[in-house]
Amino acid sequence: MLIRPKAGILDPQGQTVERALPALGFEGVSHVHVGRLVELDIDDPSRLDAMCEQLLTNPLIEDYEVQVQNDLDRPDAGRPSRDAGLDALRGSPS
Amino acid sequence: MKFGVVRFPGSCDEVDAVQAAQRVGDAELLWYADHDLRGVDAVIVPGGFSYGDYLRVGAIARFAPVMAEVERFARSGGPVLGICNGFQVLCEAGLLPGALLPNVSLRFLCRQVGVTVVNAETTWTRACEPGERLSIPVKHTTGRYYAPEPVLDELEANAQVVFRYAPGENPNGSARDIAGVANVAGNVVGLMPHPEHAVDPLTGSEDGLALLRSVVPALA
Repeated sequence: MLIRPKAGILDPQGQTVERALPALGFEGVSHVHVGRLVELDIDDPSRLDAMCEQLLTNPLIEDYEVQVQNDLDRPDAGRPSRDAGLDALRGSPS
Repeated sequence: MKFGVVRFPGSCDEVDAVQAAQRVGDAELLWYADHDLRGVDAVIVPGGFSYGDYLRVGAIARFAPVMAEVERFARSGGPVLGICNGFQVLCEAGLLPGALLPNVSLRFLCRQVGVTVVNAETTWTRACEPGERLSIPVKHTTGRYYAPEPVLDELEANAQVVFRYAPGENPNGSARDIAGVANVAGNVVGLMPHPEHAVDPLTGSEDGLALLRSVVPALA
């Protein structure tokens, strides 16, 4: 689930990032918004909308978008181990 | 007259709230995991960082067992006050309208602010005068009150705007300078400023006591 501030609501975090990018030479960037990502495994994806509306987002201030990836025949395909990111940072062998 | 102050994992102003309430009545802590309000006459949902502010401020605390009882109590007319994180929790629980967003400055704010009493007829403001200016501290990062424009119009029409930051003192970018709101019935009130930190001249102001006095029949 990709969750982002609702259009029209002041997003100071997005604005701050937008102002910071040109300082590093990244010109031509606009409409920056910072949201968050919720990843999960679920047996019944039809329940994702209800989940978003009741807990994962506050519909008053946030919009969301659901992306479903079906890996049913390969349950662990493409799923990094929980510490993969940390391992990479520490440079430890995977 | 007994106040109950809810303690969630991550609350941090619950002891101040108990001590503030004890200046006008009896007060005790309520445990988040209990389905029990211990017969208190008024409930305070205090400030802090319930459940570490995980997901969104106030989003998880609303599912704590005690909140089912607080909701029932509120819907039957019981006095409920949400302070700071408690205000955020009550908004997430649907007991109060609107939501709290990160301060426009994105910074943590801790300062004394002027707060004007807009509606002095709610359960928690009866001891105030309309238009009275209180001096109460704010301390938060996520205190920008937001509701869609039509909802704001409705709140104003229903006298649900209870507190506004004094002119020029809106610290966080709140819509229409709103510092606190009530439900339609006026028994549930939430605000970002901390009345429980303004109960003794030693710390600069005792204006916060007015909210607590309001719910004590003999003092209101």
